[in-house]
Amino acid sequence: MVLEGLLYSPSHEWLKVEGKTAFVGISDHAQHALGSVVFIELPRVGKTVKKGESFGAVESVKAASDMYLPVTGKILEVNSKLEGSPELLNDDPYGSWIVKIELVDESELSSLLTSEQYKPLSEE
Amino acid sequence: MKYYNKLIFEISKKGREGFNLTKKDLPEVKLPKALVRSNKANLPEVSEFDVVRHYTNVSQKNFGVETGFYPLGSCTMKYNPKINDELATLSGFANIHPLQPVETVQGLLKIYHETQRILAEISGLAAYSLNPFAGAHGELAGLMIIQAYHDKRNDSKRNKIIIPDSAHGTNPASATVCGFETVEIKSNPDGTVNLEALKAVLNDETAGLMLTNPNTAGVFEKDIAEISRLVHDAGGLLYYDGANLNAILGKTRPGDMGFDITHINLHKTFSTPHGGGGPGSGPVGVCEKLLEFLPNPIVKEKDGFYYFEDSADSIGALGLFYGNASVYIRAYVYLMTFGKESMSDIGLMAVLNANYIKESLKDIFELPIKGHCMHEFVFDGLKDQSTGVKTLDVAKRLLDYGYHAPTVYFPLIFSQSMMIEPTEVESKETLDEFINIMRVVAQEAKDNPELVKTAPHNTIVRRLDEAKAARQPIVKFTDLK
Amino acid sequence: MHKYLPHTSQDIEEMLKVTGANSLDDLFTSIPKKLRLTKPYQIPSALSDHDLTKHMQNLAKQNKELIVFRGAGAYDHYSPSIVKALISRQEFLTSYTPYQPEVAQGTLQYIFEYQSMVCELTGMEVSNASMYDGATATAEAMFMAFAQTGMSKVLISSTVNPRIIDVVKTYARYRDIEVIVTPSQDGVTDLNFIQKNMENAMGLIVQNPNYFGIIEDYNGFSEVVHENDGLFIMNSEGQPLSLIKTPGEYDADIAVGDLQSFGLPLSFGGAYVGYLATKMKYVRKMPGRICGITTDVDGKRAFVLTLQAREQHIRRAKANSNICSNQSLMALAVTIYLSTMGKEGTVMVANESMKGAHYLYQELLKTNKFEVVYNKPFFKEFVLKAKFDVDKFEKDLLKDGILGPLHIKDNHLLFAVTEKRSIEEIDLLVRKVVEQK
Repeated sequence: MVLEGLLYSPSHEWLKVEGKTAFVGISDHAQHALGSVVFIELPRVGKTVKKGESFGAVESVKAASDMYLPVTGKILEVNSKLEGSPELLNDDPYGSWIVKIELVDESELSSLLTSEQYKPLSEE
Repeated sequence: MKYYNKLIFEISKKGREGFNLTKKDLPEVKLPKALVRSNKANLPEVSEFDVVRHYTNVSQKNFGVETGFYPLGSCTMKYNPKINDELATLSGFANIHPLQPVETVQGLLKIYHETQRILAEISGLAAYSLNPFAGAHGELAGLMIIQAYHDKRNDSKRNKIIIPDSAHGTNPASATVCGFETVEIKSNPDGTVNLEALKAVLNDETAGLMLTNPNTAGVFEKDIAEISRLVHDAGGLLYYDGANLNAILGKTRPGDMGFDITHINLHKTFSTPHGGGGPGSGPVGVCEKLLEFLPNPIVKEKDGFYYFEDSADSIGALGLFYGNASVYIRAYVYLMTFGKESMSDIGLMAVLNANYIKESLKDIFELPIKGHCMHEFVFDGLKDQSTGVKTLDVAKRLLDYGYHAPTVYFPLIFSQSMMIEPTEVESKETLDEFINIMRVVAQEAKDNPELVKTAPHNTIVRRLDEAKAARQPIVKFTDLK
Repeated sequence: MHKYLPHTSQDIEEMLKVTGANSLDDLFTSIPKKLRLTKPYQIPSALSDHDLTKHMQNLAKQNKELIVFRGAGAYDHYSPSIVKALISRQEFLTSYTPYQPEVAQGTLQYIFEYQSMVCELTGMEVSNASMYDGATATAEAMFMAFAQTGMSKVLISSTVNPRIIDVVKTYARYRDIEVIVTPSQDGVTDLNFIQKNMENAMGLIVQNPNYFGIIEDYNGFSEVVHENDGLFIMNSEGQPLSLIKTPGEYDADIAVGDLQSFGLPLSFGGAYVGYLATKMKYVRKMPGRICGITTDVDGKRAFVLTLQAREQHIRRAKANSNICSNQSLMALAVTIYLSTMGKEGTVMVANESMKGAHYLYQELLKTNKFEVVYNKPFFKEFVLKAKFDVDKFEKDLLKDGILGPLHIKDNHLLFAVTEKRSIEEIDLLVRKVVEQK
């Protein structure tokens, strides 16, 4: 399912803006496609990742997938709870943020998809 | 199969021994304490009979080619002849040290030289090195050769390898390990190379194209001559993944198709045992212009005398010695069992068997690629998916009937892939029984889908919790405490 | 048609009908005519089973079985009869990779036992299910360090087997990794040089016992490597690990080596088996298959390949390694050997090998035909410098059915002695030395 009020990327990440920062996670479609998540590789705090670049990877029993940052950002925090319990991404994909970033270029937000625009992609 | 649940460490008892060694009447050697390990390794202490009974019971938890049918697409699970095992392990082969002077190993070097020559003739290429230990290792060697070739021509721009999306995972992985960038091209619906997609990516950065032919969906690339022309005109080399060589034995040769380099999987096409995952052997072969790049050392012959030589432009050494000798000796025996008279029958029967199964089941399984297939073919799941029974479920249910499942979820271009390769060794009766069971399972999927979705039921363990194994890895005995 | 091809002409006729093809040739119409073979392969004629047997026996006779005093990576240790007998069971020999765990619990169980034994021997936390050989395992350890650190320089001691250095260099060349071979002092690795050159290096590769048979003291090495954020990689042939200080005890990050000594015949260099073991924190960078324990739906203990998301079939171009087939059956042979010899037997083999090697060393020096080269403790191999013609020596020994030491360079001879060498055989070798001028 697709949660309203969030922004999405075509590679199935979601983004929630909070002032000059944003939280990033993976969508319900992504966790479903992966299957039971067994491991997550989180980035270093302080690292700047460009829009579209990989900021980490998530692994399930049968797949491994890079996660791409929807907009350029500096990593402020990582959700280390996920390291011990990666299955939280399956149980609650929208409640389990992966990284908190500082937005570098707010104009990039306009290139992201609304929940309406993302819905058809999530049904493929 | 029997559910035997003891680890060798669990049947160990202090004071038991399984060895028979005598101490020599020589002084003990005392090493400085700083160089010695603090405690002995906690290896088992069991009697010899314990070992025999234990591993016999462990073996009975396995399904081998001699147990039953293994229709695994892309693996070529054919009979592993006993005569190969017997003759490859004669003491005159088994007891020979790799660093003996060449005069004392002429028999082995002759086998090496003859085997590579026969493989070269079958492939339409100039020579092979038997040094690579496995198919993926042969791929790595082949890609290194491509790089070395371009380097020697001072063409340093060429850093890209083109690979179709239907390729086996080792192809892009090997390219990465060799320092190349992979360019993936989308295949046609039948898995063949889309010429337009290929043309779009060919340029002066192309080092080469890696192809399997027939492709991983069992279809022959009929445009191969055009593909070869395009790649060569762009300045690239053409690499042949020999995993599907079984289909074309006697019909055509990769060298004649325009391939410059190949690897062959002796544990597929040439009957050497799979061993539960290895050892294999992945000889790499080249056309004339690439001979100088073959991995060192190279076995040469002059006036009936065999010796080793290093090539100055070789990609280098790929292992401590000369590959898996005990494996390629088995392949040599197999090649000599068929000889020029019968080698060509292998491809004929393999292709006949695959088409027979395909035609007999295409009414109930979804056949994405119509027309004759080669030695293997793909079903894209059941035709009737209304009850939600997936390929994985069908595969697991086949285990209940005493079959090993076919290859599932490969190639990636079909979402419910089930790839079937019977090989030429299976009789019509075996195929008919398999076809019958596939029909039974398809019917069960309609009448009793839950039974299929929760399969297997008759195996000694069922539906393993793979997520738990990955989240809480227990990878050695002491992790269990 | 052929003993491996069961089709009768009736079978073929009936099957062709089902396929809709008029003839077998019809099934191959997708192969363009221009590419079809028009003549049979120019390969030897098929041989009948008994002719083939004679042929192979003839070829086997053309290889000389010798009394072996040479090592350098391949060792003449005894293999108990049950090893060959058990690995010949078809369930082990002919089975496929255990991707369908329900019908491959046998393979998975022995892999788990193998992994456990490798960890015991090396003192590491996790082992994979085997590599091709010790040399390629060393190269793959280098790639692990590269993936972990991102640094493209690696140090390797000159006391590592030169052939292993060659393989590491081959793999490194294509990834633009600079390989620096570090100097040695009196046959052991020079720590000073390493201290000065470790900065910005992905790691250091050493061998123990080293190429010259010397048991090196690697105390202090891991600290230097770790200070520089590198990985400490130690290559040890399996057999000495029964006795000598382990890579784990030296705080190595990756342990690699060859296990041929544990029950595998010399077999002209293959099939052998490499091992790779590491600390749990690097497990996701480790190549190859890993077997783990889990439970099935009924709560039964079961074995399964795990952490497969590292491997080529899932990661494809993003994989750290391309390894698919490994040396599984040889890993089984090693597991059976180690179970048979066990905790005490492996130590006994080590002691008997050392006793023989040290006895030979003393007796050779007594002949006054050698110069001491290194003043260091050794295990089952050692180097002495000969004062006579070494090529003639090798030929003379062959006449008596002996494979003598390996001539490394400048009359330096590398001898190896295992538990199989009797006092009589050692004395014979010494007598042959005395005969040399």
